[in-house]
Amino acid sequence: MPADPAPKPTDQLTDRPGSEPADRPSREPAEPRGEAGSRRGRRDAAAAALADVPHEPGAPKPDPILVADSIVRQFGGLTAVDVGHLEIQRGAITALIGPNGAGKTTFFNLLTGFDQPDKGTWSFAGKSLSGVAAHRVARLGMVRTFQLTKALSKLTVIENMRLGATGQKGENVFRALFAGIWQTQEDEITERADELLARFKLDTKREDFAGSLSGGQRKLLEMARALMVGPEMVMLDEPMAGVNPALTQSLLGHVKDLREDGMTVLFVEHDMDMVRDISDWVLVMAQGKVIAEGPPDAVMGDQRVIDAYLGSHHDAALTEEDEQKILAEAEEALEKERAEKEEGRS
Amino acid sequence: MNFERIIVNALEAGVGVETVVFALAAIGLNVHFGYTGLLNFGQSAFLAMAAYGVGTTVATFDLPLWLGVVFGLTASVVLALLLGIPTLRLRADYLAIVTIAAAEIVRLVFRSVTFEGTFGGSDGRQSFAGDFYAINPYPVGDYGVGSFGFNERALWVLTVGWALVALSCLIVFLLMRSPWGRVVKAIREDEDAVRSLGKNVYSYKLQSLVIGGVLGCLGGFILALARSSIQPDIFGTETTFFAYTVLILGGAARVASPVVGAMIFWVVLSLTDNILGEAVGAGYIPSSVLTASQVGQIRFMLVGLALMLLMIFRPQGIFGDRREIALDAR
Repeated sequence: MPADPAPKPTDQLTDRPGSEPADRPSREPAEPRGEAGSRRGRRDAAAAALADVPHEPGAPKPDPILVADSIVRQFGGLTAVDVGHLEIQRGAITALIGPNGAGKTTFFNLLTGFDQPDKGTWSFAGKSLSGVAAHRVARLGMVRTFQLTKALSKLTVIENMRLGATGQKGENVFRALFAGIWQTQEDEITERADELLARFKLDTKREDFAGSLSGGQRKLLEMARALMVGPEMVMLDEPMAGVNPALTQSLLGHVKDLREDGMTVLFVEHDMDMVRDISDWVLVMAQGKVIAEGPPDAVMGDQRVIDAYLGSHHDAALTEEDEQKILAEAEEALEKERAEKEEGRS
Repeated sequence: MNFERIIVNALEAGVGVETVVFALAAIGLNVHFGYTGLLNFGQSAFLAMAAYGVGTTVATFDLPLWLGVVFGLTASVVLALLLGIPTLRLRADYLAIVTIAAAEIVRLVFRSVTFEGTFGGSDGRQSFAGDFYAINPYPVGDYGVGSFGFNERALWVLTVGWALVALSCLIVFLLMRSPWGRVVKAIREDEDAVRSLGKNVYSYKLQSLVIGGVLGCLGGFILALARSSIQPDIFGTETTFFAYTVLILGGAARVASPVVGAMIFWVVLSLTDNILGEAVGAGYIPSSVLTASQVGQIRFMLVGLALMLLMIFRPQGIFGDRREIALDAR
């Protein structure tokens, strides 16, 4: 939290993407932004913590919450994921990017227990997660959302929220029969759910079926519902997919708020503007491997990343401006492709 | 045509033993399919567990009836665990395949020659309900209004039966308004989402399978006690599908819908049977078109037609919420 709340407006202004180019640390990205630091709270804390981390795949972090070692997942002859060593910094927003088919979502599934790797170990907050079932991973404090939003359509919005709370007495089948046992706890849960709904501006939809919400609202609901679990780390699988631009800004704000509330965020995303805007650290995956990591701007200029996205035989003699342009075009194409895919699915 | 008899028969069917039996079977299915989304196509096996629980305990081993009830309930729980443990980690379709096969296995074991000494082969078991009628509080006689009524034995069965229906509905109501019910309904919508929120989906599905199986097996007790006789072929797949029909007729995932569905189902069956029978008997329908012996088949065709119309014009069932059905179309 910022020590002094008064200068907040300026803070918000400079946080807005593109409003002030100087805000983008394009030259020395990992350098802690001195005087602004006191006002930026966790963002700068995260940047400062990551300042001395080398921009190499598998770089050790000062305070890792998630550590993965030699994780391999094969589907028949195809090696979908082969990650050597990886650490995720606590309290930072880390983006996981990479071209389609790079194994990002598979890696996500492995980390959260929705899929089991063929080999490898990984630990969350010091506890090993090898062979731990998905629901236990969530209870340990690592909660995920899904690329294709999983709103529980025939439950109301508030019921969706209540479901997220952990340790509910009434979820035991025998105690469930006696409302007296769980009613007080239910009221507390409802109160907490209503606060979150208000924060995510879903309070007017409280009694609607979740299935009647728009795509963006479902994303919001899914994120709010994940927060009901009280996670230490939130894993967002393409939080912006299928969200209209107006909601994108608000979603971005909510993701930043997660960091301000002391949570760690790891997200998969194709939208490079978003990645640049909110992430403290970026991991790039291609063909199942982590090929680069570093602060957003350093990573996006990295030759290996450009090769991964564009292929290694493109014209090498490019100015940085051209590179940016080509990258933007590639992103656009990816975005379009993804949008088409999204359309095809729905 | 004797309209009084048609009406009275229909009314008696509406509260009769079959209605009670199928209401209980459908209440169990409602927990499985309506609330949890489990496709159990072997509900008849749970009824068979209960019926043969009392039947064999009393008729074969000469033990008291209450012990038979305990065995029947235990057997239902064991069956649910046997069906659920290997299949509930897999995709939903596997449970459907396993349950329909298991129900047939159960029926064939009960009618097998090898176990004829225990289960009575295709003749089943008889005269085991003595203890039940011995505690009948109603004195001998007919109870009712005009020609509508039941004798003391039928009334006793129906009293116990409807008490069980009421109790089952109460249990379902209490469970489904609780956080437990919320988890189960969420599993029906999307298992992975529930898993991602830290709930042990497998355990909840198993609990639901056991609860629905036990509630359904109560129908087996009533069926066995009302007839004082059981045959293995009562527990064929059509019993399960009638129970599904009853459930969908009422509208899935509503507490009272299995009860109302069962009433409507048996009233309509009785009406079509009696009206057609009377019409053929009175000569309104010439025997060249329909003979009295064909009425039995025709009535099921008409019920099938009525169900199709219901699904077209009211897909949510009698009690369902149209808004919920509309969500599926999105």
